[in-house]
Amino acid sequence: MNNLERISEALQKGEAEKITELVRLALTEQRSPEEILDNGLIEGMNIIGVKFKEHEIFLPEVLMAARAMYAGLDVLNPLLAQTGVKKIGKVVLGTVKGDLHDIGKNLVKMMLEGTGFEVFDLGVDVSADKFIAAVREHQPDIVAMSALLTTTMVFMSEVINSLQSADLRKKVKVIIGGAPVTQHYADQIGADCYSPDAATAAEDAKRLIKYS
Amino acid sequence: MLIIGEKINSTRERVRKMIEDRDSKSIQELASHQINAGAQVLDVNSSAANGNKEENMKWLVKTVQEVTSSPLCIDSANPLEIKKGIETYKEISGKALINSITGEKERIERLLPTIKKYQCRVVALTMDERGIPDSSQTRIDIAHKLIRVLTDSGILLSDIYIDPLVVPIGTNDKNGVIVLDTIRGIKEAFPEVKTVIGLSNISYGLPERRLLNCVFMVLAMSFGLDAAIIDPTDKRMMALIKTARTLLGQDSYCAEYIKAYREGKITFCSK
Repeated sequence: MNNLERISEALQKGEAEKITELVRLALTEQRSPEEILDNGLIEGMNIIGVKFKEHEIFLPEVLMAARAMYAGLDVLNPLLAQTGVKKIGKVVLGTVKGDLHDIGKNLVKMMLEGTGFEVFDLGVDVSADKFIAAVREHQPDIVAMSALLTTTMVFMSEVINSLQSADLRKKVKVIIGGAPVTQHYADQIGADCYSPDAATAAEDAKRLIKYS
Repeated sequence: MLIIGEKINSTRERVRKMIEDRDSKSIQELASHQINAGAQVLDVNSSAANGNKEENMKWLVKTVQEVTSSPLCIDSANPLEIKKGIETYKEISGKALINSITGEKERIERLLPTIKKYQCRVVALTMDERGIPDSSQTRIDIAHKLIRVLTDSGILLSDIYIDPLVVPIGTNDKNGVIVLDTIRGIKEAFPEVKTVIGLSNISYGLPERRLLNCVFMVLAMSFGLDAAIIDPTDKRMMALIKTARTLLGQDSYCAEYIKAYREGKITFCSK
């Protein structure tokens, strides 16, 4: 097993300290930060995503893996910035107005970052105005919205309408998700995509910006 | 322990359809079934059903009350639906509960007139504009504020049910203790005020969810929990609640425990 495989394995086990060590070690072996990211960290996160989707592993295990991923990113990020490696795309993400649920949103954030996106997380209870302001400021490729309540999912449609009136709708793809959300609802409100879980959301995001 | 039956909730696909189709027979069966299983109050939620939201709530309250005299817990995040529900509610054997008020200024302002007018029982969630606090102390502070607001409106301390908000243990391993400490803190400051929880959130994202739910229920009872919104047809849960009551000194001469045993309602293993 080489060190990149070890990084992927340690990430899946959620061993944050070991990841820091292994990433440093891989760097001394003259591996590029990008290679370590793609074939170590992202590789591991992809496996975690699939296993969670298949109910092979449980939520706390995903969060441990995420902590390990961020430990690795802490070492790599300054180097990635130096070498000017580009993120594959930008995403503005948030849970809609009136809704305070953040578990699903945070999982999506993690999977997107693990896949190589730059994510602007607006948090929970995000109004349409805040989404619009963030789109203006960050000019993302994708707007991703989460809602866990039947009473709040209607605000997804409000955000899409606001994007339209601000003449921004054609500049972004819209992904929605959350327990009460369905493909049918996505079609109804004119979202580009419904993602049933975090791993799928990351795959969908890549597909939407035509990155493979 | 007050058992509030959770099953008439429109976020369940089956129930949503029943409400949209005005299927009174199925709704009434669901009501009777829960009462027979030991529920003392029935939660009714129609928010997820399509159509006129207030009319849906009105129909649901009326339909359920045709088959039971037990009080209802009128459940919605929308103050207008709550108002319609409580207007429709007929007090037969006990005040209705409204579920719920929070520490959010807007929610308080919109619900308080209804609460004042009907002097009902109130479920109060320990959250506000800042969200659900990460510490039991902040949750207790919000509870104090809500207790003050409600008693100022004439609500009796014993008609206030504080819900300390159970969130998944899978996302923060202190989420169980925070709820338990909140229950204890409220009961210490206001012994007459009731505490209530909805359970199933605790086990989200983990395997063997019913085991976590059951054990957490017993723990919460030992910290002073007064009421729970649960599935009363879950026999194992109901047996545990009954047994915990007995062990906590709320069952004189263990009479209810023995009675439940004789009626075949409690067994430890179901084989």
